[in-house]
Amino acid sequence: MSHGPVEAPKTFGMMAEFDDHQRLLKAASAAHAAGYRKMDAYTPYPIHGLSEALGQAPTKISALVLCGGVAGCIGGFALMSWITLIAYPMNVAGKPMYSWPAYIPITFETTVLSAALTAVVGMIALNGLPQPYHPVFNVERFKRASQDRFFLCIEAADPKYDTVATREFLGKHSAEVMEVDA
Amino acid sequence: MEQELVQKTTNGGILQDPVLGPGENYATVTDRISALVLTTKIHKEWLIGFMFSASLASLLGVAMYFLFFKGIGVWAPNVPVGWGFDIINFVWWIGIGHAGTLISAILLLLKQEWRTSINRFAEAMTLFAVACAGMYPLMHTGRPWLAYWMLPYPNTMGMWPQPRSPLIWDVFAVSTYATVSALFWFVGLIPDLATLRDKAKSNVTRYIFGALSMGWRGSAEHWQRYEMAYLLLAGLSTPLVVSVHTIVSFDFAIGIVPGWHTTIFPPYFVAGAIFAGFAMVLTLAIPMRAFYHLEDYITMRHIENMCKVMLATGIIVVYGYFLEVFFGWYSANEFEKSMIMNRMTGPYSWSYWALIFCNGLAPQILWWKKYRRNLLLVWIISNIISVGMWLERWVIIVVSLHRDFIPASWGYYHPTIFDEAFFAGTIGLFLTLMFLFVRLLPSIAMFEVKLLVPAAKAAPEAKGGH
Repeated sequence: MSHGPVEAPKTFGMMAEFDDHQRLLKAASAAHAAGYRKMDAYTPYPIHGLSEALGQAPTKISALVLCGGVAGCIGGFALMSWITLIAYPMNVAGKPMYSWPAYIPITFETTVLSAALTAVVGMIALNGLPQPYHPVFNVERFKRASQDRFFLCIEAADPKYDTVATREFLGKHSAEVMEVDA
Repeated sequence: MEQELVQKTTNGGILQDPVLGPGENYATVTDRISALVLTTKIHKEWLIGFMFSASLASLLGVAMYFLFFKGIGVWAPNVPVGWGFDIINFVWWIGIGHAGTLISAILLLLKQEWRTSINRFAEAMTLFAVACAGMYPLMHTGRPWLAYWMLPYPNTMGMWPQPRSPLIWDVFAVSTYATVSALFWFVGLIPDLATLRDKAKSNVTRYIFGALSMGWRGSAEHWQRYEMAYLLLAGLSTPLVVSVHTIVSFDFAIGIVPGWHTTIFPPYFVAGAIFAGFAMVLTLAIPMRAFYHLEDYITMRHIENMCKVMLATGIIVVYGYFLEVFFGWYSANEFEKSMIMNRMTGPYSWSYWALIFCNGLAPQILWWKKYRRNLLLVWIISNIISVGMWLERWVIIVVSLHRDFIPASWGYYHPTIFDEAFFAGTIGLFLTLMFLFVRLLPSIAMFEVKLLVPAAKAAPEAKGGH
């Protein structure tokens, strides 16, 4: 029927559905053991040990937050010192110009503010959000990933990915296996 | 195992109520809580409450109109009482906010499961209470459109704020607190907004929640970062919440006014804030629980635990009252002594004794389990505590100031109708925002409650557990 080369519909990967987090954990470990690397799980609430089972590297967000906090701390203290010593020196009751204990409350607040902003902005940015479109949303049943179902998706970009073999592999762990359009 | 969790759980031989009602699973949690938001039905009771609050809030608009039109002379503060309703209400509101952060951050770090179904709600309360608190210093400047002058930024006037002043500390503390509370609240909402996006039936609702949830898809990698960020935010909020009321207490304690210049102020203020905040959480949660039938989520365990926190912090506050009297005597300073005597026997003695009744005596009834489980009584006690905590700030501020060092400058402070309208208006604003919140956003954290569902619990726990 078609004229010229028709591109086959690209697939994003193969997805399996679970109704229980235990089965998902088991499947995730098995997939990792089978050599799959490019995959992710989708769950309605955080499951401890899932990232490790999938072989994901631990997050670096804590290091970022530490840097944010230190920057806020130094920045706040430097700003207060600069204001009172250089920009707007004012003699208050003959007390020393460099009255550093009085800078501490503000320094503390800027530390917390900067660290908290780093934590939130960092988490959102590292997660690549906001991201309105993602192939997993093409699956109708995926709606339940935010409600009561657990999903494991092995992506087509994985070198070991094979439409038949991957489907068979996931079929051993779950009754519901579906292909995800890209 | 499952039976135990949903039935009464035993803790050291003591029978406790569960933190989640029996028979709940992932789907029921999602359906029950999201239905409150996604329903198109507007309950008559909600509408009446909302309209009442909104009309009270519009009183704030009227009070502000007069304030801007005539200047802050419409308020009562004047020599010798230079700080009146504006600071009393500022401290009162900001104190109420503290329970939200305590529940969401400190109890998270302490792994107290019972925090889960009340944290979202308490965080919203924090945010709205801080918004109301912020109105006072902002409006007291008289020219709120120039409030940004309090921030350090290069300007053509060549002036900078004075970072040695507790009032500038306040600017930083309150703005940081408002920002971090909002972040904490929003981060907690993201997964639930995604649930609402997926549950929404109309396209408009789906679009709004979709945009707000930023395309959250519950990926394991995202959850990992999310959990760490959330934990770090909790860790940061914990010292923050303590610092905020400490800095608020410095507004007084750094001054040399008798009745203000005491070292007990920071811990006593922080305990008072938690005391007042839990009272407000109960004041709001008890009617909400009854109206929306959330008995499975806000169980008697929550109510009882909150009562116990109130009892404990209430005792710390009363210890503060004792110490104030002790300092007055022990200082051997005649101004301190006369200030204490004036509090107890002077023209404002009614407020001191009312305070002792509200914060000292009334909460003691919560020692009895029977009364902690009596919802009406707990609700009444919570309201008494809110009044008591307001009186505490009145006693500290007005009563300490009205008799100056020189009898010739003594005075008496009466709030004006504009002070009262402004206060009523902020109560209206607070309630309006709460009414909108329970209608438009999930007031219970769905994804966190799912962690308490028996299926999620029944596990050879992977690591540490939840």
